[in-house]
Amino acid sequence: MDDLGFIVASYAVTLVAVGLFAWSVVRRSRRLAEQVPPEDRPWT
Amino acid sequence: MTASTATRGRPDRVTGTPFTRALGIATLVGIVWLTWFGLFVTPADVNQGESVRIMYAHVPGAWLAYLAFIVTAVSSAAYLWRRTRSLTWDRIAGASAEIGVLFMGISLVTGSLWGRLTWGTFWTWDARLTTTAFLFVTYVGYLAVRNLGGTHHQRARRSAVLALLAVLEIPLVHFSVELWNSLHQEASVAGNTDVTMDGLMLFTLFLGVIVFTLMYVWLLLHRQRALALQDLVDDTGLDLAIAARRAEVG
Amino acid sequence: MNAGTLSVARAIARRDLLVEWRSRVVTNQVIPFAVLVMVMFAFALDSDAVLERVAPGLVWLATIFSVLFLTARSFAVETADGALDAMRSAGVNPMAIYLGKAVAVAVQLLVLDIALVVAAVVLYRADVSLGGGVLLVTTILVATTGLASVATLYGGLAAGTKGRETLLPLLLLPVVAPVLIGATRATESAFGTNGIEVSEGWPWLGLLAVFAVLFSVVGAVAFGPLVDE
Repeated sequence: MDDLGFIVASYAVTLVAVGLFAWSVVRRSRRLAEQVPPEDRPWT
Repeated sequence: MTASTATRGRPDRVTGTPFTRALGIATLVGIVWLTWFGLFVTPADVNQGESVRIMYAHVPGAWLAYLAFIVTAVSSAAYLWRRTRSLTWDRIAGASAEIGVLFMGISLVTGSLWGRLTWGTFWTWDARLTTTAFLFVTYVGYLAVRNLGGTHHQRARRSAVLALLAVLEIPLVHFSVELWNSLHQEASVAGNTDVTMDGLMLFTLFLGVIVFTLMYVWLLLHRQRALALQDLVDDTGLDLAIAARRAEVG
Repeated sequence: MNAGTLSVARAIARRDLLVEWRSRVVTNQVIPFAVLVMVMFAFALDSDAVLERVAPGLVWLATIFSVLFLTARSFAVETADGALDAMRSAGVNPMAIYLGKAVAVAVQLLVLDIALVVAAVVLYRADVSLGGGVLLVTTILVATTGLASVATLYGGLAAGTKGRETLLPLLLLPVVAPVLIGATRATESAFGTNGIEVSEGWPWLGLLAVFAVLFSVVGAVAFGPLVDE
């Protein structure tokens, strides 16, 4: 892997990892929310 | 079970609020801006060449990881202190630790790639790097302990004590490794990551810190609320189980 | 901490050591394991010169791996009959439990360490002078105290229900890094490895002592909240 490859890989790893984490959090929340009525969520 | 109409199609309808939606948009804009500046607009460094571009992602990531772990420690203390005891602190501690591990992992990988480009090695045993790896493993252990089960308060207390123990151990390990490294001459040569940055580079670094902070806050809010939902569901499940049992018996 | 706590701790330590004396698990299983590890290092490293150079490190590596077993054993004795829960419900001071078990682990670890040093002298041709001997004995005592303190603390957490035992290495090994670094450097001086003087080893004792004191105190205080179920 040459210089540019490493650099692009760094940005890619960062964005993909964060993106995956964000997606998994949101997906899990959606599933859980089906079991909890909106009134019980103190932030809404 | 079908998705309720309220949640179908709009992902952040659940843990999202107008604030997080705005935050999310700002974060995305920031990410694009940072990537564009980092990869294209900023110049190469005099000493490091193009590899300095990795720094705009690596350094903010590391700093935010440290911040995340500090938040975990402070929240843990807040939980343990009787007057402010609340499971919300516990959930913030847990969510922050997860994000800390994520950012630290990213930081170790990007740092490793940068090291390969700049020094020719993926790794050195200098104190800061070694302590970073140590931090990473410690909080992976912390996350494992969070999943040991029991009541929410049992989980909270265990984790809180563990987080505070980690705060104690980190300086000790860092100090030990520094002493160890002082025996080896190479450390002082390889350890220098200083870069003289011109205005634009410094601005991009600053931008990186802001963008990562926005990411951290967005992730923390959502993850903490997801944990709250999980706890609620667990409680509801427990109530239902108790009610079902009573119905059986009574 | 009052006299009552100390006498309970002494009783627990005595009980643990008595269990070990009768079952001989440490002498018949853990020490052989540790010596076996030392032998396998020789197979892996395949050079007398290298072995002699790294002998101090190998002694402490083998020690640290063995601590995992010692600690697991120490708490397995409790959880087998639910003894830990019984003691807690009976209102036994967790600090007493911690101190008693930590002392028992320390004693067993001491025996183990002596065996390993003998093994190093025999297998790796390590050499100990008189001044080095004093340093060595002190190192073993202080390092053992530190290891036993921190291992008992995390051992309590990792004990109990299935699936927890694998947590102990993950939690413990990072934490004992200072002991590994300090004890190895001190032992290098004691053995005179690489021409290192005995006097260079004593500063490392400082690090080991700080670790030992810190985790004895912290362990005594944190054991209760950490392990309480």
